Amino acid sequence: MSELNHLTMAQARDGLAKGEFSSAELTQAHIAALEVSRGLNAFVTETPERAMKAAQESDARRAKDRDEPGSMEGLPIAIKDLFCTEGVLTTASSHILDSFTPPYESTVTANLWRAGAVMLGKTNMDEFAMGSATVTSYYGPTVNPWQRKDDDKPLVPGGSSGGSASAVAARAALGATGTDTGGSIRQPASFCGIVGVKPTYGRCSRWGIVAFASSLDQAGPMTRTVRDGAIMLGAMAGYDPKDSTSADKPTPNFETALEQKVKGLKVGIPEEYNMEGMSRDLLALWDRGKEWLTAAGTEMVPVSLPHTKYALPTYYIVAPAEASSNLARYDGVRYGFRAEGETLQEMYENTRGEGFGAEVRRRVLIGTYVLSAGYYDAYYLKAQKLRALISEDFREAFEKVDVLLTPTAPSPAFAIGEKMDDPIAMYLNDVFTVPASLAGLPAISLPAGLSSDGLPLGLQLIARPFDEETMFCTARTVEEAANFDVEPALMVGA
Amino acid sequence: MSLDKSTVVQIATLARIRVPEEELEGLASEMDKIIGWVEQLDEVNTDAVSPMASVVDVKLIWRPDEVTDGDCCERILANAPKKSQGFFAVPKVIE
Repeated sequence: MSELNHLTMAQARDGLAKGEFSSAELTQAHIAALEVSRGLNAFVTETPERAMKAAQESDARRAKDRDEPGSMEGLPIAIKDLFCTEGVLTTASSHILDSFTPPYESTVTANLWRAGAVMLGKTNMDEFAMGSATVTSYYGPTVNPWQRKDDDKPLVPGGSSGGSASAVAARAALGATGTDTGGSIRQPASFCGIVGVKPTYGRCSRWGIVAFASSLDQAGPMTRTVRDGAIMLGAMAGYDPKDSTSADKPTPNFETALEQKVKGLKVGIPEEYNMEGMSRDLLALWDRGKEWLTAAGTEMVPVSLPHTKYALPTYYIVAPAEASSNLARYDGVRYGFRAEGETLQEMYENTRGEGFGAEVRRRVLIGTYVLSAGYYDAYYLKAQKLRALISEDFREAFEKVDVLLTPTAPSPAFAIGEKMDDPIAMYLNDVFTVPASLAGLPAISLPAGLSSDGLPLGLQLIARPFDEETMFCTARTVEEAANFDVEPALMVGA
Repeated sequence: MSLDKSTVVQIATLARIRVPEEELEGLASEMDKIIGWVEQLDEVNTDAVSPMASVVDVKLIWRPDEVTDGDCCERILANAPKKSQGFFAVPKVIE
């Protein structure tokens, strides 16, 4: 049984159901792929023994009760190192969480294990999910399995969920969890040629996920097909009384939603997303997306989201402010790294000075500044007002249309080391993903074509709150038309 | 306003982050640039806008105020960098 790691999640699920192979064989194939792909640095921690044990248990469950398997029974996946996993190192790719082994399991991962999924390991990311390239990790950068035509310079996988994206694109995992605060699932999915879903804020519980900006953070799946994203989100989502912002709504069957008809849907094209300096490749791809959806019987409707240009600066007040408050807990007392000091204050300052990397330090300081006495109204309150206006823009647009079609990221993957000197240039990566985050809307990125230098480009679909079903069926239509079947250079078994 | 070195020192103290002297200048200029960039929000008149408190329409639910766990001192202390007699240990705060 070779090439088991090239199956999609749905194919693997069906193969297991038919008894064509066991979860142990499927998991073994992925462990082997993961070992071969170590050069990508996609994982912080590998858990092969745990994976094999879980796979054997899954096979035993299936043998006993073949009729009612969990929705992800026996499927090996990777987990972003931001999810607390009981008894398994959880670092958020930060020095300050050195050797932190959670005594509890996050709700989302607990849901996945209950559905039968198997954990291969914990994936690398930007430190505390702050970044768009997975270059701020304490454990070093992750490499994108894609390379430019005629150029083998290592490229970034995007971020912050770059390890997850790289592992899935390299065929070292059937799928992986990500988290998205301003684009951290969708942008790396676009850079690595895979599918990334950020569900509606409140769809997945945040309990047990290391907090970055609590009013924005959402967990979601990263997979190679839209169907796989629907399967995996179904297993991750659900109400959780332990997260007060978790939505008490039933989880729809997202996979069934893929079959919904898109004919007659109105697809909004936000004019403000046509930005200066966008590449011709990207504009052409966006146009192809419109053509594909028109051919499927939907109607293109121009819409305006007038406050789009203020989304990024709004985000860079709100997110650091919440981060400065959330990251106050890392004080060297209860868990993680401690640097000694003569006094308690000195111990705090040394611990946080040495424990946080440059980008995290910068954001905590910005957040502290905008929340500090005398500046709160000028910055934080102002940003929360802009956020209301941005959200209102979407609400008005969704009175006229059912779903929005936009590019996911302004460029394809760039080389490791680029955009490092200018924080704002790095922040611009999220220009198309941040607005939906600020409004809490569900959004998906899927690979739709290649840039002129041979790198994947993604298209994004944004839907109304809690209408992932329309998002999924529209994405499925785009996926079918795009027929994206190019594979990355550094794929395992290429 | 411009964000200078002494402001960075003050914020870093509030945030309890030690910043080496030689990094203050660079950090001040980076932060000044970021703050200058976010100040473009001032272009928008928001006098009549209420600040957003929550993105989704979720009503916070009540639950009984009761103890649901406990008796797990060892698990809580398991990750502590320093502990002593069932407590987290820190440098002396009272002489």
